[in-house]
Amino acid sequence: MNSRVSAIASNTFREAVRDRVLYNLIGFAVLMAGAAILVGQISVDIEKLVVINLGLTAVSLFGVIIAIFIGIGLVSKEIDKRTLYTVLSRPVQRWEFILGKFFGLAGTLVVNTICMAAGVFLAMLYVTHKLQPSDASVLAALYFIVLQFLIVTSLALLFSSFSSPLLSAVFAFAVFVIGSFSGDLREFAGAQSGASHWVAMAAARIIPNFSGLNVISMVAHGEPVAANLIFANTAYTFFYAAMVLCAAVLIFERRNLK
Amino acid sequence: MSAIEILGIEKTYSVGFWRKRPKCALKPLHLQVEEGEVFGFLGPNGAGKTTTLKLLMGLMYPTAGTAKILGMEIGDPRMKAQIGFLPEQPYFYDYLTAAELLNYYGRLSGVPAKELPQRIAAVLDRVGLAANGDVQLRKFSKGMLQRAGIAQAILHDPKVIFLDEPMSGLDPMGRREVRDLMSQLKQEGKTVFFSTHILSDAEALCDRVGVIYQGELRAVGSVADLTAKVHGKTELTWQGAIPASLKALSADAKVNGDTARIVIDEAQLDSTIDTLRRERCRLISVNPVRGTLEEYFLQHMNSSNPGSAPLPKSKNIESSQGASA
Repeated sequence: MNSRVSAIASNTFREAVRDRVLYNLIGFAVLMAGAAILVGQISVDIEKLVVINLGLTAVSLFGVIIAIFIGIGLVSKEIDKRTLYTVLSRPVQRWEFILGKFFGLAGTLVVNTICMAAGVFLAMLYVTHKLQPSDASVLAALYFIVLQFLIVTSLALLFSSFSSPLLSAVFAFAVFVIGSFSGDLREFAGAQSGASHWVAMAAARIIPNFSGLNVISMVAHGEPVAANLIFANTAYTFFYAAMVLCAAVLIFERRNLK
Repeated sequence: MSAIEILGIEKTYSVGFWRKRPKCALKPLHLQVEEGEVFGFLGPNGAGKTTTLKLLMGLMYPTAGTAKILGMEIGDPRMKAQIGFLPEQPYFYDYLTAAELLNYYGRLSGVPAKELPQRIAAVLDRVGLAANGDVQLRKFSKGMLQRAGIAQAILHDPKVIFLDEPMSGLDPMGRREVRDLMSQLKQEGKTVFFSTHILSDAEALCDRVGVIYQGELRAVGSVADLTAKVHGKTELTWQGAIPASLKALSADAKVNGDTARIVIDEAQLDSTIDTLRRERCRLISVNPVRGTLEEYFLQHMNSSNPGSAPLPKSKNIESSQGASA
């Protein structure tokens, strides 16, 4: 990462921290503490399953909300407030700005996820009194959640580069919901024939495969996550996010800042 | 080599939702600004000043034409490392302190990390914010923000500085400070290109000015050259009273002791002198009155566009009195 990209990334991270985005962790901590105590009282033998399910779903949901609501303003807010003028009048390329913003928000989400992950493990420890080696698969699930955030962040940036914040939020959230059911879409495409097969298949390929990145239920049931799945998901995410960022850069490069 | 060379740059927008139609924001503009020059870009609001600056900064793309700054194409990162820019009514990241803001911009401009702390301290001192370096910008007044804006524009010691309405919104004291700073920059050999609609600032600071109106550059020259083109007025002083026929001629007729004074249009000079001779007044002096940029503006902008509504002086062009009020 060059110095200009890292300067923009660290400024984006600082903005999120100073705008008290990480305060969401308080809400998450309350949720996890409440869940751990309540689950310990009402469930028998499945406390861990419930805590992992609830904890990882909350990590995912909190992170996606942050990724969308900060991501949609990353470019449009800088244009509206004209802070971008003093950045782009310097030796900063537009692609460096987009990349810096992406890394800044990704960094914020990673820090946020690490804090929430600690909360999930504490809640697990509270209900089971002891962590086991197999619990390491929770880390894989958390890693996949971070991969989801990278895709959501890149999509929010893409929409932010040409659309208003409200529309960007709607688009990004819609793509997230559809992407979460992309497995069903692929199954549907497989069951079709002719033109509808190709249309459904094309949609399934374009929409991000969030369902493939969701192993929460598998991990909660104590199943291990295969190494090749980790590699495949990593490669898929990096490729998908890179393509979306390229599209964002192409649009932003052509944009007149009125 | 010219510091700024604008070669027929122009900008046309598409307006309308269903039926797009072109709207010309800037007609082909040809202009050269020499190194070390302070150049004022004058025009009423909406004349095309900010559009020109945005095109030069690479924030907008021209429909046609190009420009060179320090001999390099606009958009060239090497060129951008040598220019500073203050946008109109700047807004900065208000969660940062002034020192953090300058540190951020310094890093973006490629200032070596070792030099940054000294540069930041020096530039904060220069713009009068030395005591506010660790204050968040959200607590700054408008004048302080403008100073922070100037600080970021000169932090990396650029050769050419572009300022868009640098005195806008400042109180008289703030305007004076910005003027002094611009004079210092000129003494340091910097090229300063600034847009303004406050004519007294241009008169006080500029080596040359360019006048833009409705997206078209109407005149370029020194302030003296332009004001010489103002349809002249003449001041006459004489001993004696003001004849009744002259009182109606000008509202500027005044008597001070036994001396009378009147300011009239040049065209009325001969007939006025004839009147004074007839009344046996002793003529003391006949002096041409130097026109102001404001008068130039009002005469030429309105006359060059007879079909349009005249420029409302108080709204579009601020004279020195209007601006300080």
